[in-house]
Amino acid sequence: MTRGIERPDDVYEALIELHRGLDEEASRRADARLILLLAAEIGDAETLKRLIAAARKEP
Amino acid sequence: MRSFDAISNCVGMPPIHFPFRPLGAARVHRKVVVVGAGPVGLTLAIDLRLKGLDVTLVDEDDTVSTGSRAICWAKRSLEIFDRLGIVGPMVARGVTWNTGRVFHRDRQVYEFNLQAEAGHAFPAFVNLQQNLVEQMLVDRAETLGVECLWKHRVVGLDVRELPTLAVETPAGPCTIEADWLLACDGARSQIRRLMGLDFKGQVFDDRFLIADVRMSADFPAERWFWFDPPFHPGGSALLHRQADDIWRIDLQLGPDADPVEERKPERVIPRLRAMLGPERPFELDWVSVYTFHRRRLERFRHGRVIFLGDAAHTVSPFGARGGNSGIQDADNLAWKLAAVLKGTSPEPLLDSYDAERGPAADENILNSTRSTDFITPKSGASRRFREAALSLAGDHPFARNLINSGRLSAPSVYRASPLNTADVDVFAGRSSPGSVAPDAPLDDGWLLPRLGGEGFTLLGFGVDIEAPLPSVRLPASGLAAERYDATSGTVYLIRPDQHVAARWRHPTQEGIAAALARAEGAFA
Repeated sequence: MTRGIERPDDVYEALIELHRGLDEEASRRADARLILLLAAEIGDAETLKRLIAAARKEP
Repeated sequence: MRSFDAISNCVGMPPIHFPFRPLGAARVHRKVVVVGAGPVGLTLAIDLRLKGLDVTLVDEDDTVSTGSRAICWAKRSLEIFDRLGIVGPMVARGVTWNTGRVFHRDRQVYEFNLQAEAGHAFPAFVNLQQNLVEQMLVDRAETLGVECLWKHRVVGLDVRELPTLAVETPAGPCTIEADWLLACDGARSQIRRLMGLDFKGQVFDDRFLIADVRMSADFPAERWFWFDPPFHPGGSALLHRQADDIWRIDLQLGPDADPVEERKPERVIPRLRAMLGPERPFELDWVSVYTFHRRRLERFRHGRVIFLGDAAHTVSPFGARGGNSGIQDADNLAWKLAAVLKGTSPEPLLDSYDAERGPAADENILNSTRSTDFITPKSGASRRFREAALSLAGDHPFARNLINSGRLSAPSVYRASPLNTADVDVFAGRSSPGSVAPDAPLDDGWLLPRLGGEGFTLLGFGVDIEAPLPSVRLPASGLAAERYDATSGTVYLIRPDQHVAARWRHPTQEGIAAALARAEGAFA
């Protein structure tokens, strides 16, 4: 089950900060690294596949 | 498989020409005909001959293959070659390696040992040029009395009744009728074409340069792979050591490279000099530019015609899964065909070849396709994730596992095989039904050569087995017991190809008999 994000405003701000001063390509590279780091923290393949499928879905 | 766009000539030793022996009749009948004297056809012919069958091997040529072909023979292939009695000279002549290194730009990001564990007779890989392996196999086949028909080119096939080949030879045409026809005639299989079978799959766009160079260098016997190296910016590079001071260099050229221009020495030599350094002398032994395909037949068995190796399935070269999977095909089919021909198994046993080697082909195709996608990313996102994995790998060990420069050939586990008897007892570890029985050192040699081969074997730990089968008894403790997760009383039923068919903590006579009957083909 999704645990939710602790201190959401802090985390959201940090996500935006990650990209400050980066051009489009560098920004995308940083995102890719972050995704891999997060995936490694989650670890479980089924959970990851569920999240990947959720990311693909536009409301 | 590699599809050669352009090939330069080999400057090595002139090949030995095998003798052309005319059949002496316009029409002959043979029990088992193997078409294609590459590593797969030769392995199959030798294995069938060792099992007492009359075997005829047909090949359009009269020499071993030329040019850059397979070089990496995996541990499982070495175990099979051991069973065929030819592994000694291969290991002696070849280059043993276990370690791979991956570099990104100018730094090493990852090092892996494919055989970190001690207590195995064979290393992860031996590198040996395909033509040298073929020569050893031909010698063995000839010694064993395989009927080798060199310079016999198949030009027609009629499968309305028994498979019947129309063959052209230097002495004129002839007809060979076979009870069983085994197509080992490679990626461009003539048998497949004559039967009009679809070979479905995909061609990859990228072109690669292969250069086999002769040089003396003290680089270690390891597999080195570079992503975007300073000497070849934007591409990948691979270096392998082979026998006799020959080195294999593989450089990614991209989809737009001109295959004719790129193989010219004036283009190749500067690329190699950039990689090897300006001071190091080397000589070109072979240069080719290739693209590769991944394809497979939907079914490998078509009545009395059975396809093996590249004739049945092709993969990209990253992972050494082409030649090695073909050797496993031969290993899988030989005992089954021998049992059917001797009348000890029913013919449907042969369908289990397809049931086992089909999923193995899918597994090899999947692995080699994923490697290709990592090595030649097809989209911006794919390229960025690769960059991310490579850039994280130094500080974050998890990212090293994502770096895919080729997932190297490992034997397939026949998990869903109809020949398996499902476990009734609880076991841990790697020796599940369908897997290759693991080797282990014994006081006086190795375990694997005592298992399988001629027929089925019962392997008991701390127990003598009463059964009408050859059996091996080992102590219920020690490395072998550990690798089989065995306790006192544990019994394994091992197939002639050394795969596990069944296992029990405390078997009954009835249980063993039922498992044996199933594995011999009573499943159908």
